[in-house]
Formats: sequence, structure tokens, C-alpha cells
Amino acid sequence: MPKFAVIVFPGTNCDFETVEAIRKAGGKVERVWYKSSLKDFDGVVLPGGFSYADYLRAGAISARAEIMEEVKVLANDGKPILGICNGFQVLTESGLLPGALRPNKVPRFLCKWVYLKVSDTQTAFTQFYEEGEVIRMPIAHAEGNYYANDLNKVKIAFQYSDENGNITNDVNPNGSLLNIAGISNEKGNILGMMPHPERASDRWLGSEDGLKVFKSIVEYVKR
Amino acid sequence: MFPHEEELIKERLGREPNEVEKAMLEVMWSEHASYKSSRKWLKLLPTKNDHVILGPGEDAGVVKFDESTAIVVGIESHNHPSAVEPYGGAATGVGGIVRDILCMGARPIALLDPIRFGPLEKERNRYLFEYVVKGIADYGNRIGVPTVGGETEFDESLDNYTLVNVACIGLMKPEELVHSYVEESGLLLVLVGNKTGRDGIHGVTFASEELSENAEEEDRSAVQIPDPFTEKLLIEATLEALATGKVKALKDLGGGGLTCASSEMAGKKGFGAIIYADRVPQREPNMNPMEIMISESQERMLFAVRKEDVNEIGKIFEKYDLEWTVVGETIEEPRYIVYWNDEKIADLPIDLLADVPIIEWEAKPYDIEKDVQTPELSVEEALLEVLSSPNIISKAWIWQQYDHEVQGRTVLKPGLDATVLKINDEYGLAFVSDGNPSYSHLNPHYGAMSAVAEVVRNLASVGARPLALVDNLNFASPERPEVYWSFIETIKGLADAAKAFGLAYVSGNVSFYNEVGNKSIKPTPVVAGLGKVKLENITTMGFKDEGDLIAVVGITKKELGGSEFYRIFGIKEGIAPRVDLEREKRNVEGILKAIELKLVKAVHDVSKGGLAIALIEMAIAGNKGFEVDIEKVPAEGGLSPLEVLFSESHGRFLISFEEKNLEKIKAIFDEFAVIGRVAEKVLIFNHKNKEAINLDLRQVKALYNSLPSLLGE
Repeated sequence: MPKFAVIVFPGTNCDFETVEAIRKAGGKVERVWYKSSLKDFDGVVLPGGFSYADYLRAGAISARAEIMEEVKVLANDGKPILGICNGFQVLTESGLLPGALRPNKVPRFLCKWVYLKVSDTQTAFTQFYEEGEVIRMPIAHAEGNYYANDLNKVKIAFQYSDENGNITNDVNPNGSLLNIAGISNEKGNILGMMPHPERASDRWLGSEDGLKVFKSIVEYVKR
Repeated sequence: MFPHEEELIKERLGREPNEVEKAMLEVMWSEHASYKSSRKWLKLLPTKNDHVILGPGEDAGVVKFDESTAIVVGIESHNHPSAVEPYGGAATGVGGIVRDILCMGARPIALLDPIRFGPLEKERNRYLFEYVVKGIADYGNRIGVPTVGGETEFDESLDNYTLVNVACIGLMKPEELVHSYVEESGLLLVLVGNKTGRDGIHGVTFASEELSENAEEEDRSAVQIPDPFTEKLLIEATLEALATGKVKALKDLGGGGLTCASSEMAGKKGFGAIIYADRVPQREPNMNPMEIMISESQERMLFAVRKEDVNEIGKIFEKYDLEWTVVGETIEEPRYIVYWNDEKIADLPIDLLADVPIIEWEAKPYDIEKDVQTPELSVEEALLEVLSSPNIISKAWIWQQYDHEVQGRTVLKPGLDATVLKINDEYGLAFVSDGNPSYSHLNPHYGAMSAVAEVVRNLASVGARPLALVDNLNFASPERPEVYWSFIETIKGLADAAKAFGLAYVSGNVSFYNEVGNKSIKPTPVVAGLGKVKLENITTMGFKDEGDLIAVVGITKKELGGSEFYRIFGIKEGIAPRVDLEREKRNVEGILKAIELKLVKAVHDVSKGGLAIALIEMAIAGNKGFEVDIEKVPAEGGLSPLEVLFSESHGRFLISFEEKNLEKIKAIFDEFAVIGRVAEKVLIFNHKNKEAINLDLRQVKALYNSLPSLLGE
């Protein structure tokens, strides 16, 4: 059975619940310390947290860890690579996704539940959503304000919206370009998102909308 | 240290202690480390019952949740450091309590932060407030422990000062409990984590004195430097080391630094220790042994392990890039010996460090309660004023800066009666804190009881049965007879109330000398409580459906002393609300029964701001309105409409439910009256068939969310 790696950098702190969500989605998964190898894995999740305490810039130091070279090899092989929150920051810092995550428009940490509109179902991560579906999950970050000079090489996967799917400034929690909450590469096998799907994978915690992200990659690697 | 204590030490030791010994004794004999002024009275608190696995005495208490789950809980204050340096003070407070939980063998899973400040109109109070919040957020978020609640209060009496308390809970299996003391000699003492620096020198001594007016300049060096990155590594490394089963004892380095941790670890069961101070990794050059022994540098833990296991444990620390050093060993002889290079620089009987005589200060009772006239105002004007108070409005500005979701357990989010964390697929743990210094100021006994009663009501409101309590007692100088009396009264009140509910205090903290510029703080006992709730029974305060009936449980009396209403209108006198423990128990039991029988849709405890504010909170939480009749509220003693709305009588709840359940609910409660219905988006208070207040939900929400604008955002 294909196996996922949830990479743990020093300061990563969403690894356990991300592992839990992948298991719940029916996947095989291990926490992998950043000094280890990825040779037995078929997909990678870079979870949230404060790797290296956000020193220098969020994600900047982790992006230069040796293990990221292996992540790039897997990415080139078409394996699914998911970056959540700090993991998204690592993906942009390492060049696996274009653009940057700037400080929030109100420059401080913000933890709250948001609505997202699913804008693209043709990725390894979104195949179980309906086009235009509105889902709910929490965000928790201080640098989630996505910006890129050029959006030609990416596909927008998730956008901050209201509960009816309207994409307006009012519901943009961090000032990101076009309300972007998550983007993927053109091939659709690398995705970065600021909201936390693993925190919306249990009905008692407020939503199970995030579980489909994990079900989607579990299904994807089977093919 | 007081002169008579210095004499006593000389007598017991048979000589004058040398400089290093004196510094260590000073730290260990400080109020903060020894509890010398409080110990006698703390014995009055109930500390045992069937839920308690481990009561007070070690770094944190341990409570049984079910056969395979134990909850570790503790509470700490970081008042003095936060008043001098709010960011570092608040952050290191979080770090300290997290290590207290960790060193019992548990993974820290949630934090609560009860914080108190002077009025926001003053710039320095805003600075203290904003940086305390930032300190808590930056530290808690980076270590991945969710800050899920707390309380925030603003009061004139705390001008230029701050009370920063922090409670933490941890999760483990009962058999994973590790003690903070050794039971054999020949164990190696391994110091892990940050290097030792000059920060926090004499931290506990500084916390055992009043702050001077120039504290901000003078006392910076007593405040420790926070490093959450290392703390996070320490959490993971410690849990991994404990999983080997080869850690014989574990303690964090907090107040009193290496001296306190190592002497308590060795001495508790009658062993001794040798410390090689020169081996301690130093952050700064040329530190002397005295500085090393008493530094309170953060993010350090002390492990006791057998010689043959030390390399295996050490490898775990190396994986996490944590520095580890064998700094000493335990010995048979009950002495505490310190070497510096090859020279013996301290040699004390180990119990001389721990065995600090009790001090009983003079206690002088006072009675400042007197009945006062409630001012005559329009109810609408009064309501809008109370609703706009920083003590009432939404604290979302604060808790949205805290990552309250990390670890994926937060079922009920901050801002409700209590937070609930998912423990397994069937049960959750409810967690809440309360303190009512304005009642305690008027009547310390009832003020203390009220904190316990409110905790229990908050737990019951979400459907949780209370499990255990912890207490944090923030007071001014015990050397003031009135303060000492209020402290004793507080403990008696805490004891009486807990006993009535059959609850025990499993851990606690005392912080004296909270004064600045010779001004005492109000007696501020803060109580945090744990409860157990079936996930499917979890109830929230928000109104659910239009047309549901709204009822009040309990009796409203003319009890406005210390109320938010009186505070806002400048009335400092009054009589503090009484706590009738039998009534509390009866109504709490009734609420739990109504929830468990699934008869109610919303429940909310009535506390600060009285019925008026409780109703509005239910409306905002549920995004619904209401229409109620003021005169239908069961009241005793001829109250004006204003008094009915803003009285803070205890033992009360508001509930909403479907009309078809009315008879069944009526049968549960002795003190109960339907006062109105849930409505669409309007908030209407009727009095004698006339609308006394008619507000629009949107307008009320705007006021309720006005904290950012009070901060100039």
C-alpha cells in the first residue's frame, strides 16, 4: 500500500493531527524526522507549525534542508506534495510553488474559521470536491498573504469566500491576492494552502470538510 | 530573607553560610519558593477524593479521567516579571507551566490565561495588555500548545500593574506518571536544554517583594528570556526519553533554578546531591558559581538516570540538537554539595534548603461592606454603558491571536462558558477559569466562594460534571494585616465551596507582594476547573430557534456590590453577592439533568453584568434576538428593573428550550420562571407591558466587538 510521509522539522507542530487525518482518510502514513530519507514514500505532507521558529522568514530555513531535495525528486515524479500553513511557506521558499506569503494585512497571528470556495477540482488534492463548493476550516497564521507577480504557472485551488461562495475583500482574512487560500502547480500534484484541513477532519471539531483533501491524495497515489 | 531567618540558619548550620550557600538559601527561603506565609493555611484546602491521582506537592496535580487516561493540571503566576517586561514575563510564564506539566510525564494539550490589567485609557496599561497577549501568543503558538481560554479583566486598582496567571493541562496514561524525586543514590543528574545565562537571577526573590516605582529599569535582569523553539524541542525530546522507561525522576528548572530543582529532586525522599557547577553550559562568559546555581534561565530540564542508561537518553537529546550535560549525581548522605572545578564551594544539610519555617503574620479583619443606593438611570442608557465595558465586550481580539485549534482537540472554542477538548471518541474535557476580585475586595470569603461556584456553573453550562480544581492566589504583601486576613478568609472560602461540591484542589500557586507604588491589589483568587462531558451532551449558550422559551433558574437579589454595573458608575461600596452553596448545588445538578435528558437547547451561567448581559451574550452567540419581561424574573427584596437586570446574584442560569419540554423542565427546578422567548434579530426588554429597551442585534454586535477600536485600531 502506498505510504505518505509527514515531515517533521524542528518546530513543526501540526504533525500528529495531520497523521491522524490521513489515517482517517484510509492512508498509510508515518511521521518522518527531517534528517531521515524519503525513499520509501509515495507522497509528502509538509504540516503546519513554526519550523525553526520562523527565524529569518517563515519556512525559509526548512526550505533549505537536505530532505527538500528528495521532496523535489518526488514532486518531479508526479507524487502528491501537500504543504499546509507553514508547509505552504516551505513550498514557496523552496521554489516548488511560485510566489510568497507575506505578513497578514493586519500584521499579527490570526486564528479563526473561514469559508473557502473550491475553485479547481482537477488536482490530486481536490478531486472529491464539487466545482464551486463552499467548505469551512480554520486558519492560523501570521504570514498568509499570498502574492505572486505572475499567476500563469499556477492554478487557484481555494479562495476565501463568504458562506455563499462570494469572493469579496470583506472575507479576505490576510490580504492575499484574489483571496487565494491555496494554489497548485499546473500539473496539480503540488498544493500549498494556508487553512488547516486536518483541523476540519472530525465532526466534533466543527467540520469534516478537510477530510476530502486527504481522501483525495490517498486515492490519487493508488493510481 | 528576614533577620530572624538568617539567625536560624546560622544556628542550624553551626556557622555562617558562605556567599554561594547564602545565595542558594535566599532563593529557597524566599516566599515564592517556600510558601512560608501561606503553607499553614493551604492545608485547609481539600486535596483528596476519588478523582485525585496526585494532589499538591509536586510540579502539577494529576486527575483520573477514566481507567486509561489521566489529566495533569497546574497553574502559575508570572505577575512581577510581566509588570516589568510584559512580553518576556508572560511568555516565560507559559513556558514554565508547560514544563511543569511535561515533567509529570504528560503531553501538554491546552493553556488558559487569566490576565488582569489597569484601565485601557492609559497608554502604559495598553502597552502591558498588548504585550502580555503577544507574549502568550508567540510562545504558546510556537510550542504548538493551544491557548483555549482564560479571562481578561480591567480594573482601576491594577493601574500600572498586571496579573498574569496561566493554567495548563496535559494528557497521559496513569502509568506514565513520573515523579520529581529520586529514590536511589548514584543516579546521574542530567541537565538538558538551554544554556544557563544571567537572566532570571534572583527571580523568585524579586517575586517575593513589592515592585518599586523604578522596577522597569532596575529589575529587567530578574526577568527571563523566552525561547519557545527550544521549548518545543524539549517537549518532544522529553516525551521520547520518558518512553524508554529509563528516567528515574524529572523536574523542570523554574523558580530557584538548578538549586531548587536538584535539591528538591534529591532531598524529598532523604537523599543528597553533588553538583559540579563548572560543568553547567554557560551562555555568557565568566559566570560565577553563584549565578549558575540560581539563574532562572528558561527551557531547561533535569533528568535523573542510571549511569548505564545515560548514553541512550543522551542520544535522544542529540537527535533534537539539545545540549545535555551530566551536572551531578545523587548520594546517600542527605547533603547538598556544590563543586566548582575541584573545589567544594557549598556543603549544606539538604533539608536546610527545603525545610523553611512557617511565618504567621498578624491578621486584622476588616468590614467595608455597606448597603448603597442604586443610582436612577434609564435602563437603556445603563445597558449600553455596561455592554460597552472592556470587561464585558468580546475578547476575540485576544484569543484570535492564540492558536486555539492546534493539536486538533478543540471542540468548544474560546468565548463560551467553558472550552471543551476532545479526549476520546465519546468524552471531552471542559476547562475554565474564574476570579472575582471586586467581590473579594468587599468580602474575601464570599469572593473566593464565588470563583469556585462560577467555575462549577461554567462547567455545568456546557454539560460537564466537575472533576477537579486548581487555585492561583494573587495577593499584596502578607505583611499587611488586612491583606493577610483576606488571604486566610479566601482560603476558607475556597475550602468551603470546594467541599460542598465534593471537589479537591490538585495543584496551586500563591503570589504575594503584588503591589506597585505602595498600593495593594485587590485579593485575587483565580480558580480553574476541569470537567468531564459526554461529547453528545455538549451544550452552548447561543439561542437556537425563534420561538423557544427562555427561562431563568435561581433567585435574583439586590446583590450589586462589586458588580460591573456599580463599577462602571463609580460605586465602590456595596455588599458582595452571597454564595448559597446548597442552592448552587441544587441548580447545577438541575442544569446537568436537563442537559443529560436533552431537554434544553441553550444554557448560560449568569455572572458579570447580570441577566441583561447574559441574555445578550446568548443572543450574539446564537445570532438570534429575544423578548423578555423584566418583572417575570423571580426576585427577592423589592428590586428596581435596573437591579433585576444587573444584579450579580449567584446560583443562576439562563436556559432556552422548546415549549413542549416546559413541564418536564419545570419539574426539575425549584427556582425557575419563564421570562420570554427567542426572537428574530431584535432584543426587547419589557417592563409592565411597556418596552423598556428595544435594540437591534446588529447594533449590539457592533458594541460587543469594540475592543479593537478601544485599542485604537
